[in-house]
Amino acid sequence: MFYIFCPYCGEHREEEEFHPKGQAHISRPADPEATSDEEWGDYLFFRDNPRGVHHELWVHAVGCRKFFNITRHTVSYEILEVYKMGEQPSITAEHYAAQQGAASADKERNASQAKHQEGVRA
Amino acid sequence: MSQPNRLKTGGRVDRSRQLTFTFNGQRYQGHPGDTLASALLANGVDIVNRSFKYSRPRGIVAAGAEEPNGIVQLGSSEAGQVPNVRATQQALYQNLSARSTNGWPNVQRDLMGLVGKLGGQFMPPGFYYKTFMAPASMWLTYEKYIRKAAGLGRSPTENDADIYDHRHQHCDVLVVGAGPAGLSAALAAGRAGARVILVDEQEEMGGSLLSSRESIDDAPATTWAEKVLKELSALEDVTLMPRTTANGYHDHNFVTLHERCTEHLADIAPHVGGRRQVRSRMHRVRAGQVVLASGAHERPLVYAGNDVPGNMLAGAVSTYIRRYGVVPGNRLVLATSNDDGYRAALDWSEAGREVVAIADARQNPDGELVEQARAKGIRVIAGSAVIEARGDKRVAVAKVAKIDIEGFKVSGPVEELACDTIASSGGFSPVVHLASHTGSRPTWNEELLGFVPSPVKGMTPTGGAHGVYALGKVIADGFKAGSAAGEACGFERQDASLPKVDERREGAAVALYQVPHQKATLRGPKQFVDMQNDVTAAAIELATREGFESIEHVKRYTALGFGTDQGKLGNINGMAIAARCLGRTIPEVGTTVFRPNYTPVSFGAIVGRHCGELFDPERYTAMHQWHVENGAEFEDVGQWKRPWYFPQKRRAENGERLETMHEAVARECSAVREKVGILDASTLGKIDIQGPDAREFLGRVYTNKWAKLAPGRVRYGLMCKDDGMVFDDGTTSCLGENHFLMTTSTGGAATVLEWLEIWHQTEWPELDVYFNSVTDHWATMTVTGPEARKLMAELTDIDLDKDSFKFMDWHEGNVAGVPARVFRISFTGELAYEINVQANYAMHVWKKLFAHGDKYGLTPYGTETMHVLRAEKGFIIAGQDTDGSVTPEDLGMHWAIGYDKPNSWIGKRALTRPDTKRTDRKQMVGLKPKDPSVVLEEGAQVVFDPNHAIPMPMKGHVTSSYYSPTLQSGFALAVVKGGHQKMGETVYLPMVDGQVHEAEIVSPIFLDPKGERQNV
Repeated sequence: MFYIFCPYCGEHREEEEFHPKGQAHISRPADPEATSDEEWGDYLFFRDNPRGVHHELWVHAVGCRKFFNITRHTVSYEILEVYKMGEQPSITAEHYAAQQGAASADKERNASQAKHQEGVRA
Repeated sequence: MSQPNRLKTGGRVDRSRQLTFTFNGQRYQGHPGDTLASALLANGVDIVNRSFKYSRPRGIVAAGAEEPNGIVQLGSSEAGQVPNVRATQQALYQNLSARSTNGWPNVQRDLMGLVGKLGGQFMPPGFYYKTFMAPASMWLTYEKYIRKAAGLGRSPTENDADIYDHRHQHCDVLVVGAGPAGLSAALAAGRAGARVILVDEQEEMGGSLLSSRESIDDAPATTWAEKVLKELSALEDVTLMPRTTANGYHDHNFVTLHERCTEHLADIAPHVGGRRQVRSRMHRVRAGQVVLASGAHERPLVYAGNDVPGNMLAGAVSTYIRRYGVVPGNRLVLATSNDDGYRAALDWSEAGREVVAIADARQNPDGELVEQARAKGIRVIAGSAVIEARGDKRVAVAKVAKIDIEGFKVSGPVEELACDTIASSGGFSPVVHLASHTGSRPTWNEELLGFVPSPVKGMTPTGGAHGVYALGKVIADGFKAGSAAGEACGFERQDASLPKVDERREGAAVALYQVPHQKATLRGPKQFVDMQNDVTAAAIELATREGFESIEHVKRYTALGFGTDQGKLGNINGMAIAARCLGRTIPEVGTTVFRPNYTPVSFGAIVGRHCGELFDPERYTAMHQWHVENGAEFEDVGQWKRPWYFPQKRRAENGERLETMHEAVARECSAVREKVGILDASTLGKIDIQGPDAREFLGRVYTNKWAKLAPGRVRYGLMCKDDGMVFDDGTTSCLGENHFLMTTSTGGAATVLEWLEIWHQTEWPELDVYFNSVTDHWATMTVTGPEARKLMAELTDIDLDKDSFKFMDWHEGNVAGVPARVFRISFTGELAYEINVQANYAMHVWKKLFAHGDKYGLTPYGTETMHVLRAEKGFIIAGQDTDGSVTPEDLGMHWAIGYDKPNSWIGKRALTRPDTKRTDRKQMVGLKPKDPSVVLEEGAQVVFDPNHAIPMPMKGHVTSSYYSPTLQSGFALAVVKGGHQKMGETVYLPMVDGQVHEAEIVSPIFLDPKGERQNV
């Protein structure tokens, strides 16, 4: 069970107070009518499923009811950062891989990790 | 003497007091401080169980959580039955009553054992699957008998009399295990000022110190343990929890602790001061740092006949002698691969009983303990092992021979030694279970000959848990871990003032897992690896021969490490054997994953207080008490209790009887259609929406137009997801230019509010609008029927004239002297007023309505009547008539779709996708059964050709179906492929019982299609 820092409440709370809402930073096309069926289908149905760094949207459902973002490692489940709506993550897959690559000589695994991160359509 | 194996002195039991207990109906004596296992051994009880698969007699092997055989059923009454108790962990109490879980008719004379003996050769791994699989239809029959023959206890048939608790806790440092490492770690962290929780699964804290031969600061090890515990209990922020098992280690240092509060006292918690005590408590701990001081389990050696009662772990023998004052036999043969095993022989000899010989697998054993044994005149046979134990119900002979470990063969003549006990030690396996719960696979350490925990963030293994075994080093290592954990939580590093422990010169251990036999493994006598699951070395070898190469597959094929045992004793030996058979190394084979719980936890502790009436909150409306008093039957809608129908008394031949639901609903429906009815609609979700951009926001989330809705008006709206599928509907009223009240379905209230918030917060934060749930603040009563206006006129100051208070208007005023909002919306198709008052006034208003309503025939109705009335009008229930695959177009509700709105509302774009544009989508229609007495089944499939070969193409299904007292006929709403173009056509509904119903596709509006009745 996760222990999540709510950036609005400024406190760590138990996972039971939150709901996950899927991948973060899925922006709705500004003019939906101008999109092709394929583009609209991509927006609606396609999500990444990386092995590694993932940005997720969560809501503090029984707390402040605010939505915010979590950068989480999907293998270790470590929460690498939380940030408010409208903000950008400071830890990304590339950044994390570089950091890990420097820390360990396990570069091969990171490469395969990057391959996985391209998502289900690859 | 009643306890033949009890020593006169020594150990930590209180000989001045006797405890009487029964095992399999036989009475025995023990002492406070005993476990059930130590008391059984003291009384010379050899057989405690029959084995799971082969029904072989089994005795106590270990002294702790790793015990594979001594699994008993506890309980002197039916309600107090507890399955799956390890005798080695159960404290003895007065009148304890225990039984073996296996064995029929009893463990001494077991008929199933014949099957095991005769059929033993014929029961390889996968036996059940291979033998009983065909025919598949018989599997359930076979399974029933197999399960009966191979149980691990049973649950009580009566309700649990006990109560259980949950407690949520936070701490800086959680120390798991209160042996030398854990005590030392808790001391370091506690001294630094950290909030520390120290847990230990045993009755008494101290772990291995309680049975240690060594001295600390020139005093017995227990003295040091007592001193440390005294210091710890004086520290305000340190919590000591004995009888508490850390059972699961979850994400972000979340650990579940199972505290057994009264299980050492009785099988049902006793009363204290007239109140029943909590039997056990589940602590849900969020720890800053976890120090894993869970120690190590001794590995038994795997040799033939190693499961005959009298075969024990060397360490367990020491523990029984030193901690419980029990020598579990008279003549001991020790088989060991390391120095530590020698402790058993020394303790045995000091207890005054005979050590026949020590078979040491090493060629030149020369450690300090070896020398001590030799000095006592004990015969040490170097380079040898016990290759087979012989005996029927107890060990009688140990067959010892020189072995060639590298060559995996017996290399010398076999000597038969008469004995009644064989103790074995193959080294230690760190208890890595908890560390693996988080998903980190343990790492093999060749030097330690064991798996050690891999790094887990926020967790520090210490002492035996990561392979540090020498007492002095363990204490130092624990202190270091505790200090570091405290430091990680922001406390100061502690300087160690470590006690003096004499270092012992130790000879190197040798790696020995399976002992070779003269015969090949597959042909020789059984060598047990996992005794709880009856897995032999031969079974593992066979599994690898049959192509199971992954250790996870071997595990599942043979059941190695399954169930409540979780591979405590057998896992490493099993992997080593698999590795030998596959010609690989242990790290190449790898280990299986351990899962929570570490030891069994009763369901009561998991459930805590969340049972019975506290299982889930129940929500009541303000009028609930009236409904109860007026005999309502209730229906659960989410957490709400809603009146389902109000059965009345009817005259019957012999007195009175209550109406059936069918009768009640017919009466309630007629009342609404002909007179006036009233519904408690308080449970509908209500969301108050305010802000300058509220109107714009509504236009984006609803499919229809909101720009021109004037204050005082109400509008029905459909909400779609962005895939174009309807997910909720309801009315929204304009309370003021920047103020709206949205209603949602009862079940959808929370979902819709979150839906509005996610769009506002993530997509359109620039819109100035606010949402608040006001569901509980307002009570809603729907007064509906032709007489509704007359009744309302008696109680309100609102002008009810049909031209000034029109359909889909709302007005503010007083009802029964209470400020109210009254909405002219109708879910019945009749003239209707929805009265909203502050919830705490609602009962008064409700009762006033009845006081005045009698003369108009005011009838309360419930959700069932509501459904019939709304379905007659073709009004949908989101989630019943829709299922996330239905568009507004599919519902035939083009009138509620604003294609020409200036913004692209949620769902619009998707309505022009090729799939949503198809004309053969399932579309909502009405179905009228040809036989009016038929009420179609909800969920029934619609087909076009009933004579089509099975499988028939399914063309739709029934979503709502009722009997209409008004239409005098059954009727249904359904979704049918291309249904809108099939009006008047006949469809068929084949039922499970072979009947095929015929129905005509009609408009879903069965009554008053022009809406004249509601618009009066």
